[in-house]
Amino acid sequence: MTDKSDTKSHTEAYEARLKKRYRAERRFRAYGMAAIMTAGLILVFLLSSIVYSSLPAFSHHHTRLDIQVSTDYVSADAPEQGNYLGLVRAALRDQFPEVSGRRDKRALYKILSIGASDELQKRVIAEPDLIGTRLSLDVPLSDDIDLMLKGLIDRTLPESDRIVSDRDLVWADKLLAENRISRKFAFALFTNGDSREPEMAGIRGALVGSLWTLLVTLIVSFPLGVLAAIYLEEVAPKNRATALIEVNINNLAAVPSIVYGLLGLAVFINFFHLPRSAPLVGGFVLALMTLPRIIIPTRAAFASIPPSIREAALGVGASRTQVIMHHVLPLAMPGILTGTIIGLAQAAGETAPLLMIGMMAFIVDVPGDVTAKATVLPAQIYMWANNPERAFVARTSAGIVVLLTLLLVVNAAAIYFRRRFEKRW
Amino acid sequence: MNKFKTVLVQPILAMLIGVAMVSGAQARDQIEIVGSSTVFPFATSVAEQFGRTSKFKTPVVESTGSGGGLKLFCAGIGLEHPDITNASRRIKGKEFKNCQAKGIDITEIVVGFDGIVLAKAKGAPQLNLTRQQIYLATAKMVPNPDKPCQSNWCEPVKNPYMKWSDIDASLPDVKIEILGPPPTSGTRDAFQELAMSKGANKFPHMKKLKKADKSMWKKLTRTVREDGAWIDAGENDNLMVQKLSANPKAVGVFGFSFLDQNSDRLRGAIVEGIEPSFENIADGKYGISRSLYFYIKQAHVGTVPGISEFVAEFTSEKAFGEDGYLVDKGLIPLPASERQKYRNDGKNLTKLSM
Repeated sequence: MTDKSDTKSHTEAYEARLKKRYRAERRFRAYGMAAIMTAGLILVFLLSSIVYSSLPAFSHHHTRLDIQVSTDYVSADAPEQGNYLGLVRAALRDQFPEVSGRRDKRALYKILSIGASDELQKRVIAEPDLIGTRLSLDVPLSDDIDLMLKGLIDRTLPESDRIVSDRDLVWADKLLAENRISRKFAFALFTNGDSREPEMAGIRGALVGSLWTLLVTLIVSFPLGVLAAIYLEEVAPKNRATALIEVNINNLAAVPSIVYGLLGLAVFINFFHLPRSAPLVGGFVLALMTLPRIIIPTRAAFASIPPSIREAALGVGASRTQVIMHHVLPLAMPGILTGTIIGLAQAAGETAPLLMIGMMAFIVDVPGDVTAKATVLPAQIYMWANNPERAFVARTSAGIVVLLTLLLVVNAAAIYFRRRFEKRW
Repeated sequence: MNKFKTVLVQPILAMLIGVAMVSGAQARDQIEIVGSSTVFPFATSVAEQFGRTSKFKTPVVESTGSGGGLKLFCAGIGLEHPDITNASRRIKGKEFKNCQAKGIDITEIVVGFDGIVLAKAKGAPQLNLTRQQIYLATAKMVPNPDKPCQSNWCEPVKNPYMKWSDIDASLPDVKIEILGPPPTSGTRDAFQELAMSKGANKFPHMKKLKKADKSMWKKLTRTVREDGAWIDAGENDNLMVQKLSANPKAVGVFGFSFLDQNSDRLRGAIVEGIEPSFENIADGKYGISRSLYFYIKQAHVGTVPGISEFVAEFTSEKAFGEDGYLVDKGLIPLPASERQKYRNDGKNLTKLSM
């Protein structure tokens, strides 16, 4: 009898404990799900807010002007020396004959972007036959008028409360009524260098600067990093000295990046007198920063190769170098490439060290080589974010979208390489 | 081993040779400008215009801050050093001496004024402040309000004012929340000097203290409170504009050009009875405003092409004049006679002496 009651009480306690364990299990899963959902929501919110606020930057309003390409302004002998600004302004005056007086005309000219004459100049130089004829051309409007047309400036507010004056509204409405205004894709964003006029500002200069910088980073850090890793992992004796080096490499990976900038300023610019604001120096500094980030995954890739491969190669009479170069290195390559690409992606998003060596600068020209003055994408984004003009808010987000796209492409390449060449044992 | 050499060693050698080649002195055909982030938007506008309309290359403008710019500028003569530095304050005596020690003769140009405004969201009631009230709202230590002052001394206490109405009954009954620039910013320096210190000097004992113990006076009048009422909002003023629109109780401290660009969202506080408007700052009526400068390295004029032309562009009526394009960017122009003076200084490279 005691036996039976014992079993029963045992069962009850057992059931209760079991239920409790199941509940704990379910709670644990729910916590995990909640964590992932929260992270996912934050990411979605962040990305969608950036993409949403970047949208206005990808289009720009243009107005069609009838321009008489008169020989008074442009001569057929030297079209590149023509007064294109004068031509555009004359066309605008013809469009609004009622505007007179110096001040009013100046206000009228401001509804066009300073890039308006560039469009005309490009067109006329490409087709010199246009000189002397009448030409209908879409030219960009100023950033303020564009924002108003996009609905980002509330035109119902009293005049003192908005950037666009009542007069500007009348002029814009007239152009709208005559069906002269069109919204076009903002090619300037991708073809221009930096500018102080939001509608003229583009990321090409910064993008090319980033690519030059990363090229230097790759050339310096990849061979150095891989050689260091091969030596440490495959050749060097395991003793105190190598242990010390290993600890230091791991520590270097965690050093704040601004420190590398200070080092770069002291060594490359002040001591070696390399030029400021150049991708060469930027690349060197980022290479120093990337080195530990290449060495660590490269060593991990070497360590993951089974010793049987090395032993088999040694067994058939290969030398140490042959073992490494013919067998281990090719097998470790996918891991090395992944590490390198992720290290470079990190370098591509870095601003702090470049601040110290002068790459946070206003540069209009697209850099042609590694010693030309250049800035990089994240620095460009930061500078745009600090500009007071309202239209730069969208430009900033657009810059972030481009940087994120670049990083996504690079990371996708890393995943592709890993999948393509990876061997499992 | 051969493959190894080509793949790994050659690029390194190539890089080293490249470094050796460029490290030799280089001729420079592009003006280099460093300095204040406040002058940066104006200097870049002029640089861009200059690049578009002249035969010279567009100058490179770096935003390093006034102090950082002067340090780079005074580092020496030679193409690796910048040609012009911008500053949102005048060069200090010490910096001038450093420059002189390196044999650098400089020309000073004042480009215009910049106002510092305290602004709230458009919908919120407009603040009407005196500088003394600004000091009481922002300083870490203020004279003890519960203890009458002696003739020469008021006991400083930790700032007890948590609401604007605690400072003066006429002010709104809302919590003091000020979003301001961080310590690295020149705007903050100017705010501390022009708003806080001047406001503190309205207390007679502070004025006396300034003569008696200047470092103590500086400490008391220029230390910003750290109890959460003042929030360092970062250098990004556009972000501040968004924060202010979202929180009508908060007050932001920034340069006039941001108020100008966001006149549909923000309203500036009246200071000493004067509204922060373009005209009031240009006339010098609005109290919290400062001059903006740039300095030219005379030895580089003629060596680096285009410096005189760039200065002429900057000081032309179409740039820093009353209708100039810099005014559209938020610069507040100098009076006509001063503009003429600095235009001449730029042309003649008048040497600055201190």
